[in-house]
Amino acid sequence: MDRESDHKELQMKEEDSVAEILGNDIVEDIIMPSLGADMTEGMLVEWLVKPGDPVKRGDVIAVIETQKGAIDMEVYHTGVISEILHEPIVTLPVGTVMARVTLTEPGERAKVTPLDSVTVTPLDSISLTHVETSTPLASPVVRKMAMDQRLDLTEVKGSGPLGAILLRDLSGSNIDRTNAIEVDDAINTKKAMRGAIASAMSKSKNEIPHFYQSLDIELGNALQWLKRTNEDRAPDQHILLLALLLKAAAKALMKYPDLNGFYQNNQFVHAEEIHIGNVISLRQGGLVVPAIHNVDKLSVDETMEAIRDISVRGRSGHLRSSELTDATITITNMGERGTDTVFGVIYPPQVAIIGFGKVRETPQLVDGDLVNSEVMSVCLSADHRVIDGMLGAKFLNALSKQLQKPELL
Amino acid sequence: MKIQEIKVVLMKAIQEIAPEIELEDIDVDEDLRDECDLDSMDFLNYLIEIKKLTGVKITEGDYQNVNTFKKMVAYLEQKTE
Repeated sequence: MDRESDHKELQMKEEDSVAEILGNDIVEDIIMPSLGADMTEGMLVEWLVKPGDPVKRGDVIAVIETQKGAIDMEVYHTGVISEILHEPIVTLPVGTVMARVTLTEPGERAKVTPLDSVTVTPLDSISLTHVETSTPLASPVVRKMAMDQRLDLTEVKGSGPLGAILLRDLSGSNIDRTNAIEVDDAINTKKAMRGAIASAMSKSKNEIPHFYQSLDIELGNALQWLKRTNEDRAPDQHILLLALLLKAAAKALMKYPDLNGFYQNNQFVHAEEIHIGNVISLRQGGLVVPAIHNVDKLSVDETMEAIRDISVRGRSGHLRSSELTDATITITNMGERGTDTVFGVIYPPQVAIIGFGKVRETPQLVDGDLVNSEVMSVCLSADHRVIDGMLGAKFLNALSKQLQKPELL
Repeated sequence: MKIQEIKVVLMKAIQEIAPEIELEDIDVDEDLRDECDLDSMDFLNYLIEIKKLTGVKITEGDYQNVNTFKKMVAYLEQKTE
């Protein structure tokens, strides 16, 4: 029952992506990923692979529980799983080697995700969390579920270490994954998520010299275009204003790439791709910020589909690890029931966050006549180590220009 | 569809998005988005779920006819006659 020995075997990773050369094979470590500058540890809930299984870069190989909910963990290498070093359910510090993969395409060394170097040293001191044991031995998720649904665990045969009952052992008991994930969310208490948000935002405000700019953007054209386009569309084809805002932001970022990237090791590193993080408020409190990848290359319809997809998965707990690590800039959208303006806090190591307020009607003078106009205040919070006011202003005006011709987005 | 069936479908669609909401939490004459704290994406997902469950396609032009629980029941009753 004592897991101390397991914990003592934990090895913190000393360098990014160390490959060991054993004979001709190149072996890469698979580590507990950092899903944000705020994450210090994660709980391995389930392996979806076993030694000997071939894996491709991007495959989901494990489910981990974090302050951000249950996450589908992806592998960053193509090869064959050679070793599994930790069995679920166990809480491991970020950077712990969880398994190893023998590369089958040695030429293709994994790309290091941007946050790796920032979070090799987590913000808080790492403490190993003991896995509580009870009789019968079961994962926390299972125990919570058993309590909620009054299941008798003594009748369930566990397949985990020491016969521990895992989620998969309950699959025959009228319990589907969706339920399990909801329980996962419940376990990830508000407190843990608040703590995570607190450390990321404190780090940001301590280290990043923010400055703020705001521009009222006329949205009449965009809203009329949406109305025409949506007129006969079924709800699953419906486009929300947010899709246009994302596309317009991506196009403006193509013109002003200095807002898109990371501030690391005292310098700005421009990101080649435009991955826009979207702040999603969770009903139970807190938020997640999954990225939509390559927004510049998506159509408006594809962007909308991607927004819908992350909003559903953000809630159900099937966000992928890459989506939580590789945003190159973030957007926070107040929506129509929000406030006129929002000045966001930059998510490190990014260098900017764009805040969209709610659309409001306002009188405007056009050629001497008073007309009704629909505007939105768009705020840019930017890192002054990288960006100056003139650049921020140019960016916001480029964004406005894009939104005047929605048919071209 | 019978009114009772429609109510079951609506609750299923709502709970898909807001699992904590029960029928007795909803004032059927008030705006459903306020009652259930749904943002525009949630409301869209609610309509998508209704389309999946009933086959009824609700477009933007009809939003004013479905913005409360009661109106939605009447709307679906008519469309599924």
